[in-house]
Order: sequence, then C-alpha cells, then structure tokens
Amino acid sequence: MTPTVGVLALQGAFAAHVRILDRLGVATLEVRTAAQLESVDALILPGGESTTMSMLLERGDLIEPLRSKLSAGLPVLGTCAGLILLSSKILDGRSDQHALGLIDLDVRRNGYGTQLDSFETDIDVVGFDDPFHAVFIRAPVVERAGEQVEILAKVDDNPVLCRQSHVMVAAFHPELSDDDRIHRRFVDSAGY
Amino acid sequence: MAQDTGHQTGTTLVKRGLAEMLKGGVIMDVVDPDQARIAEDAGAAAVMALERVPADIRRDGGVARMSDPEMISGIRAAVSIPVMAKARIGHFAEAQVLQSLGVDYIDESEVLTPADEAHHIDKWAFETPFVCGATNLGEALRRISEGACLIRSKGEAGTGNIVEAVRHLRSILGDITKITTADSAELFDWAKQLQAPLPLVQEVHDTGTLPVPMFCAGGIATPADASLVMQLGAQSVFVGSGIFKSSEPARMATAIVEAATHFEDAAVIAKVSTGLGSAMKGLEIGELETKLAERGW
Repeated sequence: MTPTVGVLALQGAFAAHVRILDRLGVATLEVRTAAQLESVDALILPGGESTTMSMLLERGDLIEPLRSKLSAGLPVLGTCAGLILLSSKILDGRSDQHALGLIDLDVRRNGYGTQLDSFETDIDVVGFDDPFHAVFIRAPVVERAGEQVEILAKVDDNPVLCRQSHVMVAAFHPELSDDDRIHRRFVDSAGY
Repeated sequence: MAQDTGHQTGTTLVKRGLAEMLKGGVIMDVVDPDQARIAEDAGAAAVMALERVPADIRRDGGVARMSDPEMISGIRAAVSIPVMAKARIGHFAEAQVLQSLGVDYIDESEVLTPADEAHHIDKWAFETPFVCGATNLGEALRRISEGACLIRSKGEAGTGNIVEAVRHLRSILGDITKITTADSAELFDWAKQLQAPLPLVQEVHDTGTLPVPMFCAGGIATPADASLVMQLGAQSVFVGSGIFKSSEPARMATAIVEAATHFEDAAVIAKVSTGLGSAMKGLEIGELETKLAERGW
C-alpha cells in the first residue's frame, strides 16, 4: 500500500493542497469523516475559517479522533487556520473554539488586520537555499513560541513557519504559491 | 503592513486567495449584528452585510443602495469572520466607501439597483477584492477581465427558487467543458460568441476551469439546494433570504453549513434536513415582475 496524505476538507483551501500533492505524485484523500481520518498516513489542516472548521469538527465528532491520531504521532501540516487549530492557545478566539494543543504556540487570529492588510512577501526559510514567496491572507500572528518549538521562518520578528516533533505549521499559504518545497519537506519528514 | 520589507498588499494573488479560503463554506446575508452573530455561531465562512435581504427588496420596491456604514461597522465589530458588503453595479463611489470601511470583499451586485447601464466598476483599481454575479460564461469572463476575483452564479435572488441558479451553473460549466475540447481555431469564435477576451477563453481551454473560484447564489433555501448546486460544481454557496426568511434561522443556517461540507453524503443531508421547520415560501419565476439576474452587462 502506498501511503496516503489526507487533507481535512470540511471547509477552506483543501483543493489547493490536493493540487500540490498531486503534482508531487503523492496519493491524497479528502477527509470529512472519522473513517477517512483513520485511513490516512499524514494529514494537512488547510486554511479557511478556523471557527467554521472547529464547529464542523465538533458536529462531526472528529475532535477526539483527531486529537488521538495526532497525539499518537500522525505527521501533520497546518496552514493558517490549521496553525490556529493545532496551537496551544488562541488569543481573541471564540470561547467555543478548539485549540488542539499539539504545538506550543499562542496565536492571535487575524493578527495583521483585515483583508486589506493581507500581503505577499519573500521569506527566508531555514534549510532552503532561496527565499520562499509567502502569501498571508487574514493571517494569524504567533505571539509566543515555546522552547520546544523550532522556528523555521519569521516575518517582522513573528514566527511564521514552525515545527515541533511531527507537527509543522505555517501562518501563510504555501498551497497558493507556485512552489512545492514546503509540501515536499512535509512529505519527506513524514517518511515518504 | 506595507511599511518596510517589501510586503505587497492588494495583489491579485492576495485577493483571489481569500476566495480560496471561503471554499466549501456558506456566506450568509445579514442585516444587523444580531443576525451576523447567529450566522457566525452556525459556522458561516463569511457574512454579507446588507440593508434588506433580497426577498424584502423585491417586496418593498424602491431603489436599493449600499448599506449604512454604521450598520456595516456594527456587523464588523460583532463577528471575527470576513465581512462582505454590496455596491450597486457601476457605482464605484459606493465601492470606494466600502473599501475605506475595511470590508473584506465587495459584491458588485444585481440585487441592488444598477447605477450605470453600460459599465461595471473597474475592479483592478481597488485593493479590496470583488465578487460579481454571472448568468453565463461570457458574463463571468467579462467580470474577471474587469478584475473580479470571485464569480457567483446569479440565480434569482429573493425567490427561494433554485431553478435559475441551476440554469446559470449548467450554462457556465457546460460551456467550460465544450471550450476545453475545442481546437485552437475554434477559440476565436468562442471569444466572439461569448463577447469575452480571447486570452481568458484560452486560459479556460488550457486549465478546464475559471481563473477564479466559482460559488453559487440566488435561490438556495434548503440543505438539499446547497448539495445540488455543489454537486453540479459550485465551490461554496451564498444564502440570502433562505436563512432569515425560514421559520428557524439558526437551525437552517447550521444545516446548510453541514450540507455545504458533506454535499455528497445524502445521509448527512437527510439528517440535517429532518425537522427543520419550514423553508422560506418562495416565488415562481414566471410570476416575477423584475428579474434581478437580467441586470448587468
């Protein structure tokens, strides 16, 4: 059996992630149910609205299966809203919003402001020879990163690409750039 | 955030990117902060701030304009999800006001009374992204050529009747399929027939899709309506009168959010449709005095 990378497809930019993984020749599965979650070997939590995704996870009884799979070491990449869901603390979130606590970060939703403050910029990433062109859409700001968190890139002193054990998160959208290096690094680190 | 290190704001990638984030979601029409909170609590991916939902605009008549800025600011303060607002077709001054208020998306909308009978807004001139309605592929490509970053099928707003949205979606997607298999000489004729720029027709031919996301609007009143249009190929749904004209708005909103995610799973649609109260009453298209979808050029 070839390994399969799941992309959580409750809401948001899941199709863009699937497109990049297809290009890398990786088998993918859109994940909307616990049974689908059970069958994947790695997982991407895409961007979108973190409040919407949190509610849909809860209504689909996916919170506990997701937490247990991720705690057991399922490799995961969270982008934007995915970063928010994986973090340990959400500042300014809704009181009913879930933080799965898989990476020791405090994040502020929409930390840069409204859509008018959304931007693209080149960032230096640890381990990449050339800058990565990063797109930030109503992006979260990481206000605190714990000691175990490895910071792979920063913008204006705020971490924007981080890793802790099998959990990698980006405040930006690597799925929107025409550059598959971050996906490749994730897939490689997952052991494929 | 453009102060220092080469941060570029308002680019096409940034503007189309937000539309990408709204996929698989529901954008709900709201007329005040209370409705906006109900929408966010139900899991809306965004809200559309407007003065009256289309069903009331249709009933009350008169000129429908951009909303009061105070109402838009109140809605922005009430929720953390993106807030969209409508400007009249061609009314670039209303759009400038909406941009200055910091709304996340502007809908140049046929639901409001058009301000210009020949010209749509030059949307490239704005940093705020625009969504526009379309009834066919030519109209969609003309709006994209003017700078729209998201297309929605128009349907017939305020009717609770899905038939027009289905017709528009089938027309747009059917023509995309035909263009994909056309040879290069035929593309010139397609551009002529569609009254659309040749480079965009060629892009559709090469990619098999619109250059921007395509959502559905106009007439969605039940979870099954949302499932129908998403199975046909819409990537998200706008729901206007369908929520707050139903007997139990919060439940209807939640049900349509679930339907947009699990649109291919009939068991989920059945479950969320059960005991939902009555959907909005709805109107027969043949009996309408004004067809909003005919506005726009």
